[in-house]
Amino acid sequence: MRPFKYTRASDAAAAARAVAANPDARFLAGGTNILDLMKEDVERPNELVDLTRLKLAEITTAPGGGVSIGALAKNTDTANHPLIRKNYPLLTQAIVAGASGQLRNMATNGGNLMQRTRCQYFYDTAMPCNKREPGTGCGAREGLNRIHAIFGWSEKCVATYPGDMANALYALEAQVRVRNASGRERTIPIGEFHRLPGDTPEKDNNLEHGELIVAIDLPKSNFANNYYYLKVRDRASYAFALVAVAAALEIDRDIIRQARVVMGSVAHKPWRSQEAEAALSGRPASEENFRRAAAAALAGAKPLAHNAYKVELGKRAIVRALMRAAKLI
Amino acid sequence: MPRYIGKEMSRVDGVAKVTGRAKYAAEFRAPNLAYGFIVLGTVAKGAIKSIDTREAERAPGVVRVFTHVNAPKLGPKASHEQAPPRAQEEQDKSFRALQSDKIYFNMQPVALVVAETYEQARYASRLVKVTYNAEKHTTDTEAVRERARVPKQGPPPKPRGNPEEAMKNAAVKVEGEYRIPIEHHNPMEPHAAVAVWDGDKLTIFDKSQEVYNVRKHLASSFNIPETNVQVISPYVGGAFGSSLRPNYYPSLTAMAARELKRPVKVVYTRTQMFTGHGHRPYTIQRVALGAERNGKLTAMIHEVVHNTSTFEEFSDNTTGFTRQVYACPNLHAPLRITDTDLNTPTWMRAPGAVSGMFALESAMDELAYALKIDPLELRLINYAERDPESGKPFSSKALRECYRLGAEKFGWKNRKFEPRSMRDGRLLVGWGTATGIWGAFQMPATARITFRPNGTAHVASATSDIGPGTYTVITMIAAEYLGLRPEQVEFELGDSKFPRAPAQGGSWTTASVGSAVHGAALAVTARLLEFANREANSPLKGALAADVEMLDGRLRLKSDASRFVNIAEVMKRNSLNEITETFESKPSQERRNYATLAHGAQFIEVKVDPDIGQVRVTRAIEVTACGKIINPKASHSQEIGGVVWGIGMALQEATEIDHRFGRIMNPNLQHYHVPVNADVHMIETIFVEEDDTVVNPLGVKGMGELGMVGIPAAIANAVFHATGKRIRELPITPDKLL
Repeated sequence: MRPFKYTRASDAAAAARAVAANPDARFLAGGTNILDLMKEDVERPNELVDLTRLKLAEITTAPGGGVSIGALAKNTDTANHPLIRKNYPLLTQAIVAGASGQLRNMATNGGNLMQRTRCQYFYDTAMPCNKREPGTGCGAREGLNRIHAIFGWSEKCVATYPGDMANALYALEAQVRVRNASGRERTIPIGEFHRLPGDTPEKDNNLEHGELIVAIDLPKSNFANNYYYLKVRDRASYAFALVAVAAALEIDRDIIRQARVVMGSVAHKPWRSQEAEAALSGRPASEENFRRAAAAALAGAKPLAHNAYKVELGKRAIVRALMRAAKLI
Repeated sequence: MPRYIGKEMSRVDGVAKVTGRAKYAAEFRAPNLAYGFIVLGTVAKGAIKSIDTREAERAPGVVRVFTHVNAPKLGPKASHEQAPPRAQEEQDKSFRALQSDKIYFNMQPVALVVAETYEQARYASRLVKVTYNAEKHTTDTEAVRERARVPKQGPPPKPRGNPEEAMKNAAVKVEGEYRIPIEHHNPMEPHAAVAVWDGDKLTIFDKSQEVYNVRKHLASSFNIPETNVQVISPYVGGAFGSSLRPNYYPSLTAMAARELKRPVKVVYTRTQMFTGHGHRPYTIQRVALGAERNGKLTAMIHEVVHNTSTFEEFSDNTTGFTRQVYACPNLHAPLRITDTDLNTPTWMRAPGAVSGMFALESAMDELAYALKIDPLELRLINYAERDPESGKPFSSKALRECYRLGAEKFGWKNRKFEPRSMRDGRLLVGWGTATGIWGAFQMPATARITFRPNGTAHVASATSDIGPGTYTVITMIAAEYLGLRPEQVEFELGDSKFPRAPAQGGSWTTASVGSAVHGAALAVTARLLEFANREANSPLKGALAADVEMLDGRLRLKSDASRFVNIAEVMKRNSLNEITETFESKPSQERRNYATLAHGAQFIEVKVDPDIGQVRVTRAIEVTACGKIINPKASHSQEIGGVVWGIGMALQEATEIDHRFGRIMNPNLQHYHVPVNADVHMIETIFVEEDDTVVNPLGVKGMGELGMVGIPAAIANAVFHATGKRIRELPITPDKLL
């Protein structure tokens, strides 16, 4: 890889300052994605600011009945934490659907949100990619795009956000707490954390340069009983989703009071379907209603040359996830 | 009674491997070692217009940057146009790096950056700037299918009987077109070489399946005698065919070391492996089968087109076994190849056979459904009692027993014929079967045994152990016939200083090298008898070599164990510090009177989630008949691995090319999928042993490739049974089943 400066941050403020001061600096946490990308010459930071000594790994109850998850808590520890298992089992399911045990032991929650697309063109520096090198074009738009977006893509970029955890977080309406170099904290609703590619696909998310994720806050959840994370992929494990669905229902005497339907690997960000949720709300939990919701969710899909299957697969995956969530199968 | 042969034995090299003592090519060190990193090109065809290495040369630690401009020419055949006449030499028209400005395929090496450390070399490799005069390329086999031609090598596609006529008149016909994408071997260990020169003598540590072939390749590359080259390759972390040919990196590494007058190491990255060796070719197959209503095949037509490169011919012999697997009087099975701007394909585990049998055995399943005959029954109806191609008898063939035993173990009789008729809750259950077939090959091989009076032996042969357990099986054979315990035998391989052995390919190693070791052990026995009988009072007087055996320090009469001599004493009396015998074994004349094949039957259960297109291979029963089993433990391991490879080929593996750029787009293990543990469920492998006195003295047949041959078809057939969908294009991914 290219030479870079390695800085070990002593506290969050110093870390944010160090990165803010250098446009080519990046944070380093678990390193499960950025180090690979540096070896492939896709990421070219000249400085890495190591966060791993920061005390940001706690998982604690928050006022109002929620839970706050430290940005540096490992995926494994998060998925297995009693508070998460009990109150947010959807999150546990989503995390363990991703990567492998070894990777989850290294990967942090903040880093998971920051993972970059798995588009093949992004990974190959000889290929055009507006995300990697703005202005070079999108290799996948007219190329191999079986794993690419069916929602929200632009002519500049058809890549997807590949992760699992964020899909569940969106269904759980998490807030991402970030801190900048001057110590100012703000929270970003998870649905606004990642962004659509538009004309600037090089930007995966709405963080300012130097802003550091310190925690993910989960509000009190009514979805601990009826939930399901479904990941459809080309092999049984250790593959990114073709389509993923995070489904969560609040059911009261067979009537759905609240529904959350988030799809993964279909867009540049976790793709929540308000249409599906509206179609479910106030209605009985039934396969027929789930089909209607699924149709609503995929109605706006715009598939590419090789991924039309995602539309049908997306519908079926939503129905399946909702059926499981409602415990009808 | 054999003491070791036929009994389970753990790998003799197991501890060395798991403790890191076993050294793989990239792990060898040499004083003052420099590290090379390969720079790959970015166009598929054309020529290098300019190559600017100045910035790279200025980078920290860089020793030199080699390109076609400053790299010396390798070998007498600098031009690809000079086609050598003989087939043997034809093989060494292999691509050599940095020989001209010409680009033959995308991700072709265009420079080698050598630096003091690997990291420095890799970094500087990014500073090499290359521009190209690109030409219009073709990497899509489909697009040049019509230009396909008959390869110069291999058997000519002679029809048997009158297949067209028979097809026309057949009562029942099926016809389909089947496709297999390019696949890559992806062994765990990346290919690597460490080259060390001493004057005009080269020592190279390499990952190789045939050290003698690499030696020859390097000798011709540098115009030095073969005896000046030593190739060392003691351990190989999987190869599956990817190290059968020399590949371009050994000569590249040795060239750099020679120019720099210091040792150089080059290791492929995973990505570089995708063009650093060949691949299983993209294969288009048309199969038409005609049969009588009773299921008897009357016509088989199996036409194949696959890709080769523009500079070398490669034939996968896809239809070779089609000619031998079923009794059918009328057959045409031609293979044609077509040029693409890709690197040359190569053999990949069960080459040709697994591709051809995917198509043929899928078509047999289609025929079974057209006839409404149980798929297993159809295969029995067309059972070949003699080789349909040559008319010769089989040296042994227990396939019928494989079918019977497999069906019984699997519970095949409970299968419902109709597709979509079996369920497990929401899942569709499918049961499929297919036949596996592979040759019982034997190649000339030489082994040397040095027997010492202290009851230890050193055995050497320049074969490889790419994972099947050759170290162990040869140790067992030597121990058996020298009358020693395995721990008294030291077997060394993977070094061109040892007697010549064939490539570890074709599943012929135990048959070939094992026979040589067996012969050498018998030669030691005979020599001992000769020394013993020089003594007037020898209790073995009058005995022939065939009458005696070595056991526990004694040479004794087989028929009367009380008549023996003490081996150590005989050697002492004759002042022998050791007895060394070298033996070359060759395929017998008798083999020519027979067809020699190994067979198998596979029974596969899949469970398909029809809503989301997900396939799981929940049960696999594989019964194989491959002669005598020497080490059941390693043999089962081979067949289990074969099943897993079959699962990968059926459901996951595909090298994807963006034909606009002529470039492989998934050259890594995140995008190129192979099975993970969660994809592998119940696998049971069973051997039906054959007592084959023809194939070779040990009665063994190969199994490493056989184990996967029928699996992709059996899985595809099971998917059809589960879903009613006939998938003729691998891999069967969820999108194809929606």
